[in-house]
Amino acid sequence: MTRLVIGVDVGGTFTDLFLFDEATGTARVGKLPSTRGQEAVGFAEGIAAMAPLPAISAIVHGTTVGTNALLERKGARAGLITTQGFRDVLEMRRRDRRQTWGLTGNFVPVIERDMRAEVAERTLADGSILTRIDPAELRATAQRLLAAGAEALCIVFLNSYANPENERAARAAIRDIWPNQHLAISSDILPEIREFERTSTTALNAVLQPVVGGYLDTLDGSLRGGGFGGEFLIVQSNGGVMSVEAAARLPVRTALSGPAAGVIAAAHIAVEAGFPDVITGDIGGTSFDVSLVAGGTPALAAQSTLDFGLVVRTPMIEITTIGAGGGSIARVDAAGILQVGPESAGSTPGPVCYGQGGQRPTVTDANVVLGRINAGRPIGGKLARLDAEAAATAIARAVADPLGLGVMQAAEAILRVANARMAGALRLVSIERGHDPKKFTLMPFGGGGALHAGALIRDVGLARALVPRFPGVTSALGCVIADMRHDRVRTLNRMLAELDPAALHAAMDEAERTLSEPLDRAGIAFTGRRVEHALDMNYAGQTHTVAVPLPPGRLDRAGVQAAFEAAYAGAYGRLLPGVAVRVLNLRSAVIGLRPKIDLLSMAPPPSASLSAAARPSRRVWVDGWHEARVFDRLALPVGAVIEGPAVLEQPDSTILIEPGLAGRVDRFGNLILERA
Amino acid sequence: MLDPVTLAVLKGRLEQIADEMDATLFRAAFNPTIAEAHDACHGLYDALTGATLVQGKSGLPIFVGVMAYAVRAVIDKFTGARAPVPGDVFIFNDPYLGGTHLSDMRLIRPCFRDGRLFCWLGSVGHWHDLGGAVPGNYNPAATEYFQEGVLIPPVRLFSAGVLNQDILDIILAASRLPDSAYGDLNAHLSALDLGSARVEALLDEYTAPVVAEALGELTARAAAQIRAQIAALPDGRWTEEDFLDNDGRTDAPLRIACTVTVAGDRLGLDFTGTAGACAGPVNISAATTIASVYVALKHLFPEVAANSGVLDPIDITIPPGSLLDAQRPAPVGGYTETILRIIDVLFCAFARIRPAQAYGNAYGTINALSIAGTRPDGRRWVMFSFFGGGHGGNPEGDGLSHGNPPIATAIIPPVEIMEAAYPIRFTQWALREGSGGAGAHRGGMGAVYEIELLDEHAEAFVFAERARFAPRGVLGGGNGAANRVSYQQDDGQGGQVWHTPPLASKVVGVQLRRGQRIRLESPGGGGWGDPAERDPQATEHDRRMGYLG
Repeated sequence: MTRLVIGVDVGGTFTDLFLFDEATGTARVGKLPSTRGQEAVGFAEGIAAMAPLPAISAIVHGTTVGTNALLERKGARAGLITTQGFRDVLEMRRRDRRQTWGLTGNFVPVIERDMRAEVAERTLADGSILTRIDPAELRATAQRLLAAGAEALCIVFLNSYANPENERAARAAIRDIWPNQHLAISSDILPEIREFERTSTTALNAVLQPVVGGYLDTLDGSLRGGGFGGEFLIVQSNGGVMSVEAAARLPVRTALSGPAAGVIAAAHIAVEAGFPDVITGDIGGTSFDVSLVAGGTPALAAQSTLDFGLVVRTPMIEITTIGAGGGSIARVDAAGILQVGPESAGSTPGPVCYGQGGQRPTVTDANVVLGRINAGRPIGGKLARLDAEAAATAIARAVADPLGLGVMQAAEAILRVANARMAGALRLVSIERGHDPKKFTLMPFGGGGALHAGALIRDVGLARALVPRFPGVTSALGCVIADMRHDRVRTLNRMLAELDPAALHAAMDEAERTLSEPLDRAGIAFTGRRVEHALDMNYAGQTHTVAVPLPPGRLDRAGVQAAFEAAYAGAYGRLLPGVAVRVLNLRSAVIGLRPKIDLLSMAPPPSASLSAAARPSRRVWVDGWHEARVFDRLALPVGAVIEGPAVLEQPDSTILIEPGLAGRVDRFGNLILERA
Repeated sequence: MLDPVTLAVLKGRLEQIADEMDATLFRAAFNPTIAEAHDACHGLYDALTGATLVQGKSGLPIFVGVMAYAVRAVIDKFTGARAPVPGDVFIFNDPYLGGTHLSDMRLIRPCFRDGRLFCWLGSVGHWHDLGGAVPGNYNPAATEYFQEGVLIPPVRLFSAGVLNQDILDIILAASRLPDSAYGDLNAHLSALDLGSARVEALLDEYTAPVVAEALGELTARAAAQIRAQIAALPDGRWTEEDFLDNDGRTDAPLRIACTVTVAGDRLGLDFTGTAGACAGPVNISAATTIASVYVALKHLFPEVAANSGVLDPIDITIPPGSLLDAQRPAPVGGYTETILRIIDVLFCAFARIRPAQAYGNAYGTINALSIAGTRPDGRRWVMFSFFGGGHGGNPEGDGLSHGNPPIATAIIPPVEIMEAAYPIRFTQWALREGSGGAGAHRGGMGAVYEIELLDEHAEAFVFAERARFAPRGVLGGGNGAANRVSYQQDDGQGGQVWHTPPLASKVVGVQLRRGQRIRLESPGGGGWGDPAERDPQATEHDRRMGYLG
């Protein structure tokens, strides 16, 4: 029996597909344009074009539908019920502002004030209940919000992290009268101290439930209608997959679904290639997404801000984003300093060279002018050719003339500034967190990543770059190999000296049981299971915590103290002997390990040869003109070594090997870029 | 001459160093005013003058200006045989030398290169308690700094890398909360260690002369940039004034006046007409006055780089003997209120000079509240926080509701964190309806915070302003609602009665019993433009949301 698994990553511009045949160990990739607002249509068609739906055993999806709905404020109309006196928590945020300098910028909450209602109830910080809920009041309040058009309802009571009883009673009072599944309480979504972060996460989840739930229903329906009988799974921001049912219930966990899948794939490719310490760099049109993978494991962040005031607190693969991509606009500011980004030309009008009305020069325009991007062979297949002359004119006007530089020097300066910003993001996740860049490999992916890899490894002092064989479909590959993962946090808030180890172990066991249930129900094969527990701890008096991973087995208080001190010294380089230690939260994760793809199945065929891969050479500017050799990247044989200057072209990406660097094709078909 | 690309790269690298020092201090600090409210700052300062070279993006804006004076104080004091050597760390909180108030502890560390002083690193943060008459150091009734807290002059905490334990013992003994002080101190040291290592690495990579040239160039460019912005303004003179409610001692308003003169590419700011030094703690030092001008200019010209070059074409006249020229031992604990008023006055003046980019006044007070008591087991507790308010309407739209003050990027501690830490509960945490000033773009709303005591007994202090003089609108916009502070006391018949304090915005040591409440209703922002020109749909939305009260 064939087992076909398909990964589908729906991005803003393209939908990428990656099909893996578990029986033969072979893989195929596909790419088609995304249709904004009608993602479901392209989705089913794209899959059907790769394999008959009944033959597919699992479809794994990375999606940005939720993120886009939040950023464009196109979530559903939802209602929020809060403790008396606290309905404005969502709108008041943490009393911040959009930018440090200049007092402009407003905030529109995802649930506006007329859809937020208060009820009499109160739980205190120690978990004791001061005022119980009145079921009749809850029902009347819910009815009012329903009549006002609420498609989803969420309930957030103060201190529910310490005792969820009132929230549960409120839900029980409403459940019978609420007409759909979109009813949630904050202690289920995020039982963690800090009311704004909990409210925001719960509210964002509520406005996404109808949107993401509806989207997934449509997808599921059209797939099933086409004869698909396998598992349909969704990638979460934490890099693990979940069922469609879980995604519809917890859509806020899909906020970074697609980018997270890319990091998962990058980690796997890197480990297989023998480089478990990598920094991924995904260069898109408007942004550069960076993530650090140490020892093959992506770093997780507890919280992320999608836009001013839109805070999501669930474990996510830590992805640092800066506004520097192919579409980033170059300009000279009032002080005569060259700036690149964060303003972007986006996909419309796009860079000047696209000829779609863009007038301001971008990073892509600089790459075209310098001959690094082949104007006659644009990636993605949407445009026939690029207008290099228009790009040069725009660079002359906006950058070269004001700075008194030649056009080529100006184009190169744009790249140097853009590279410096990207290098800054790489340093932020590496050097600035105490990782030595010499030990790390850069893995560029996305269409433009490999053009900048050489400059970035030099600027940051990274050991090398590894360009995966299919850099443009990395996220789709990640969908196929992602593990199933469920996370939970539980606030304990006890001094370590008062912590009962038996109670801690009971909490860990309970978390493990609860988190294992969705894995048991999933109906897909796991090669193994992993359970992870960590404590958020600090010195009594601090408000921020350090994550303290707990080793397997039972720990006594001294063991927990030792684990804390190791983590604290690692973060701050000092300990505070004699100061009491506190345990704030227990974080648990259960991971169902999925079979990994043998990447050798995608390796170049033995028949490949350097001569067959060669294309006519062309001029490329790197600190002056060079005649660069050009190759069809996918046709290069294993073991080939190509010294710069050279350009490797493939349908979804272009790789530049600068003078002084050499590229080597490893046994998987990855390109390893190092100093020659 | 440095090439433009290296300059851009170095600018980013230097800012990252300061940013990362900020992040280290925030994460490792003990007291929430640093850890959650980010009342702290890091920067690189000139080896010879102390001038600000680079400042982090996340630190408290007001410190940019004043830290230059703090570093200068160390430079001036430690000369000759006492000159700094590698591994030294200086510590002090003297507000007459370094600006602001006693709560702000400054740690200054020299960075050497090839045996020569290359620059200074500074780490400053608002500590929780340093003695004085009032827990948390916000003493509205102080008449000398001795009643505000313990003053530490610039001294060596580390000599050539060796801790001076005696100094540490003295500082910790001064605090009601020595654990908090000890934790914050270590967090500052972690930040300085990290900054020092980063500067070393940068100098290794680019060499000292190149980095020095970049730093000089960045300052020169900020100066050129702000000159160009001033030159674009119409020449002329404009006078504006506003008032502080009172000084916390005598209930009389205090005028803050400024005459703004634009002449070519220079800007004159003459504070003549401002009230004389006062008995209470709303005096500020000249250094603080200059720093507040810097903050106002950075908001008015956000594109200009954050360094001392901004002040280059500015001529500031501070009348001697005024409350903007505090002399020892005049109390300065409430410095935030005075600098916020300076910023409001400058915003109003610029609304006339450059109407196209006018801001209505923001809420104009930090509403510092402290509640302190002793737990049944004898441990002291001090809850201390600043509260938010509305921002002004502006050309882009309505003002932000519940923003932070222009002098800070501080965020507020969560209710749940405060309730878990102190024997209090909040009974309300809400937008203050109707508090935004009317306008084509209305002011943002302030907030209502109501707190109930759960312990037997506690003492409350409020240091605030804007209860008698509301935040002003611009270009025909209305004023935001004024501040309102109130608290419950026994009515003598078994019930409770709400009081407002005699000094309107200041509460000194009010005794609270279990179940009694204190309430802050913070000001909204001023409106922008004629309310008659407001989009009717926006007004209808306001009504539906209940924003109008």
